[in-house]
Amino acid sequence: MASYIARRGAQAVALLLLVSLVGYGIMSVAPGGPLAVYLHNPQVTPDKIELLRHQLGLDRPWYLRYVAWLGGLLRGQWGYSYYTGRPVLEMIAERLPATLALMFSAFALAVALSFPLGILAATHKYTWGDNLLSLGAFFVWAMPTFWFGLMLQMMLAVRWHLLPVAGLHEIGETSIVDFLRHLAMPALVLGVGSVASWSRYLRSSLLEVLNQDFVRTAQAKGLPWRRVLNRHVLRNSLIPIVTIMGLDLHVLFSGAVITESIFGWPGMGRLFLSALSNRDYPLQMAGLIISAALLILGNLLADLTYAALDPRIRYQ
Amino acid sequence: MTSGALAPGTVPLGGLRPARGLWALAWTRFRRHRMALAGLAALAIVVGSAVLAPVVTSYSPTALDPDHSLAPPSRQHLFGTDDLGRDEFARVIYGGRVSLLVGLTAMFVGTAIGVVLGSVAGYLGGWVDTLVMRFVDLMLSFPAIFLLLILINWTGGAAPVLMMIAYLGLFGWTGLARIVRAEYLALRAREFVEEARAMGAGSGRIIFRHILPNAVAPILVQAAFAVAGAILAEAALDFLGFGLPPDIPTWGNLLTQAEDYITSNPILAIAPGVVITVTVVAVFFIGDALRDALDVRSR
Repeated sequence: MASYIARRGAQAVALLLLVSLVGYGIMSVAPGGPLAVYLHNPQVTPDKIELLRHQLGLDRPWYLRYVAWLGGLLRGQWGYSYYTGRPVLEMIAERLPATLALMFSAFALAVALSFPLGILAATHKYTWGDNLLSLGAFFVWAMPTFWFGLMLQMMLAVRWHLLPVAGLHEIGETSIVDFLRHLAMPALVLGVGSVASWSRYLRSSLLEVLNQDFVRTAQAKGLPWRRVLNRHVLRNSLIPIVTIMGLDLHVLFSGAVITESIFGWPGMGRLFLSALSNRDYPLQMAGLIISAALLILGNLLADLTYAALDPRIRYQ
Repeated sequence: MTSGALAPGTVPLGGLRPARGLWALAWTRFRRHRMALAGLAALAIVVGSAVLAPVVTSYSPTALDPDHSLAPPSRQHLFGTDDLGRDEFARVIYGGRVSLLVGLTAMFVGTAIGVVLGSVAGYLGGWVDTLVMRFVDLMLSFPAIFLLLILINWTGGAAPVLMMIAYLGLFGWTGLARIVRAEYLALRAREFVEEARAMGAGSGRIIFRHILPNAVAPILVQAAFAVAGAILAEAALDFLGFGLPPDIPTWGNLLTQAEDYITSNPILAIAPGVVITVTVVAVFFIGDALRDALDVRSR
């Protein structure tokens, strides 16, 4: 297992380096550049622009800048925002907890709902409940995320005043209950797509295992059905689900950007969107790296879980 | 020779029923899916009204009428009017033209890339295969939305519709490439490929003339889902402010503009959302039934 972890870890680092190189390359050939805002300002003379260009290191070739940027990244110096002038790392650190809280609760919600639904659908195959669930899954996939969020806002917050419309918490309010009330709608909007797909995958994975000989054997030797389901069926059905969960992580990331926008959730996604409109390259780059690192880490964890669940994987 | 010419008592093999091709058989199986037929009907209405927009509504999607802004649904304005008095029904119908066109063409771009890369990788194998598949892995482990937003931000402005189609296509081929590759891996060992090679056919001819027709079913199914995905992705980008410019009526833009009026005129937000959902669900049902009708093994 140790050598497997080491090998997959090394691959993850290489992948992250590649992502950073691609991202940096794209950003450095972007037209306009961070100085575009000054070009039409008569107060800023060409020599001042040259000075700024030099100060920001923009007069060096991009690969040299990349190496310098990468070195800074490793030393914890992520540069300064072109827009606010504040350290990029500080700005990210402020926003990351909100995004992680949102993603984690959406993930937890999706696991908590999709497993019972998937098991229910598989054990009651082709009943009206199963059919209703698969119909529901299609509609959930078909709804635009932000529309679902908007409709929830309209009904639950604006019309019925059950939950707050947006934001992280009420001003001056720090209680956990208040935070959870604000978290409920964004987490549901972000997690509902995963509930639909994971419960469907779990259903088909369970159905496949239910047909195996060892399930019949377990039943034949007189084990209670619940035990057969938990010990024999569910455990064997988990493997494809864990893979899907890993592959679906990027859905959680893109969903988070949209969800944060709908609900005014002060996370990384909104920070990144404002960095885009402000041409704030250091902040854009940092956002790209952080999200790539989280995504790659998530995939790595899924792979390792997969290997832990199924010993055959480790020895390939 | 007709069956009547055979000696009495012998049962002719075939010939009693007219031979049916793959597509006739597929259609018979497709028709068994009631939801897919409903989807086909719904899609026909949505696509038909988008194509025939000037016939369906006499209103212009862009004509301003400030005296009648934010009007509720009425006989004159089926879905009411927006903040500038534009007829929402006309905007949904005309918006469908853009959204459907972008979804469909982005699917063509993505499918073309996926088919070419997947088939070449699957047929040739070796380092080409490794290269293409590692690239697919890279795309999948990349936070694609961030890169996509950076690219859109980068090129923003010029030829927005064409750029949108290109971007959605460029980011939407990986799943198909994997499927096509797997299909080619299985097919390249078959006798008819062997035979074509023995007759002196080149790789290009074998890949696209001999194997491709045999791999059409999974590609078609995947293409259906790709249209749905592209429509949703375009709408999401509109919402984030990185989609098509707000003056182009698209379903996504209509929803985004309705956000400020969900209390004063909720129909503005409800109508485009329902139309998107119905369209995409219809495409899903059709894709699902196609998978069954064309007998595509589900993973």
